[in-house]
Amino acid sequence: METVYLDNAATTPMRKEALEAMLPYFIEQYGNPSSIHGASKGPRTAVREARDTIARTLNADSSEIFFTSGGTESDNWALIAGAEMCSPKGKHIIVSAIEHHAILETADYLEKRGFEVTRVPVDGDGIIRMDILEKSIRPDTVLISVMTANNEIGTIEPIKEIGMLAHEHGILFHTDAVQAYSHIPIDVQDMQIDMLSASGHKFGGPKGIGFLYVRNGIRLPPFMHGGEQENGRRAGTTNVPGIVGMAKAAELAHADLEKNIAHMKELRDHYIERVEKEIPYCRLNGHRTQRLPGNTNFSFRFVEGESLLMSLGAEKVYISTGSACASGSLDPSHVLLAIGVPHEVAHGSIRASISERNTMEEIDYAVDALKKAVERIRSLSPLYDDFIKKQKEA
Amino acid sequence: MYDGEYSDKVIDHFTNPRNVGEIENASGVGTVGNAKCGDIMRIFLDIDDNGIIRDCKFKTFGCGAAVASSSMATEMVKGRSVQEAMEITNKAVMEALGGLPQVKIHCSLLAEEAIHAALWDYSKKHGIVINGLKEPKHDINDEDHC
Ligand code: FES
Repeated sequence: METVYLDNAATTPMRKEALEAMLPYFIEQYGNPSSIHGASKGPRTAVREARDTIARTLNADSSEIFFTSGGTESDNWALIAGAEMCSPKGKHIIVSAIEHHAILETADYLEKRGFEVTRVPVDGDGIIRMDILEKSIRPDTVLISVMTANNEIGTIEPIKEIGMLAHEHGILFHTDAVQAYSHIPIDVQDMQIDMLSASGHKFGGPKGIGFLYVRNGIRLPPFMHGGEQENGRRAGTTNVPGIVGMAKAAELAHADLEKNIAHMKELRDHYIERVEKEIPYCRLNGHRTQRLPGNTNFSFRFVEGESLLMSLGAEKVYISTGSACASGSLDPSHVLLAIGVPHEVAHGSIRASISERNTMEEIDYAVDALKKAVERIRSLSPLYDDFIKKQKEA
Repeated sequence: MYDGEYSDKVIDHFTNPRNVGEIENASGVGTVGNAKCGDIMRIFLDIDDNGIIRDCKFKTFGCGAAVASSSMATEMVKGRSVQEAMEITNKAVMEALGGLPQVKIHCSLLAEEAIHAALWDYSKKHGIVINGLKEPKHDINDEDHC
């Protein structure tokens, strides 16, 4: 086996067709779509078509798609500009406790700027506590932001219910769909979504491009200033190749969505089944069925995550602990703590995120390697020794 | 840690750790941990009547750097006198490993402290005084050293 890449939630390799679609827009069709002369025409058409494609995948209108530099910018824009826009009405916003840092830290920032933030807890599976969410709503609540699916544990949130609840109270509803878009079907009409963030490189598109969907009628103020691009809502020279590449990847992902979901679920469930059967003292984190088709997240007792990743890395199995952004810090994941994983167990957690390109052989190879690595690391662990001794005594 | 941030020595000692295990009826055993990262290290010493460390074994629950530091530290104290073992600081362990990334310095401290804890256990049991040895703390945290 060469390498087994199971870190698709961190980033994906680009789809070849997406790269090919981009290439003409670097040298031949280099024009700036904002120009008036002939060189702008091809690029302008390409961007328009890309916008149409993306809109179709969400059951949205093309005028509701705004291209950004990626998920983080989309999240920052939606939250900060959304909160500021609504501030005459109220200064209270609600987020879930397991949001990505792009939301949580933006909420912290807003808190420093005079907003009040409620962080709603989740249950043991990572599903938002709807009862608490409902109780958190106040007359001055103006914005709710809950992710479509969690990046670490893969739990899919009840977005439609949240959208309905928000709209009953006349509150703006944003969802961070960076992990979910192009992985599960999303219909912004049916799910009552006002704003949605997505990122190109999570589904076979290029890095550095994403979009924010903003429902027509919401006059979200610009976040980037200095130009009339994106209908005056997002300044900055249009990233034509990025947009074209992302749209191609989204188109292909949606063409095969059902097939891809079925394939990934089969691999995911096989991975989960084997790990649960063959590796003792493990715990599956996240919801068993309300879960992204490609996500698995396990905690192994008496195992420390980094040494587990290093052992797997030596076998060319590439997996991560929680989220790529947080690695390098010693603190356990806020998501795992929020679903009640004890501190010391949270340290021994790994996420294997599967894509439609992975195969059953790769999954079996990865589980074999994982099994060996866990055994080896436990054999080094004084905690495991103590535990086994205690068990024998009992 | 990111691939490439660890030296080859660290990778080697992590992949093939020396002296893993326990010593039955050890002359001294020391266990220390770091509450922040949750890592725990236990060191066993077999010391003869002349105060020479004949054998040294370890068990570690921790990151790659913690495992490599324990492995290296056990190599370094073997064959030394208890007084010489006192000289083996975390800096010496780190140097022998070809350096550690900034956030991983505390992992080598864990090794130094685990050896001291084992020596302390030995000195208590045998009524021996080791110069410079202080009662070990069981929780090492960064503030104390870095
Ligand atoms: S991270 Fe704490 S011992 Fe290595």
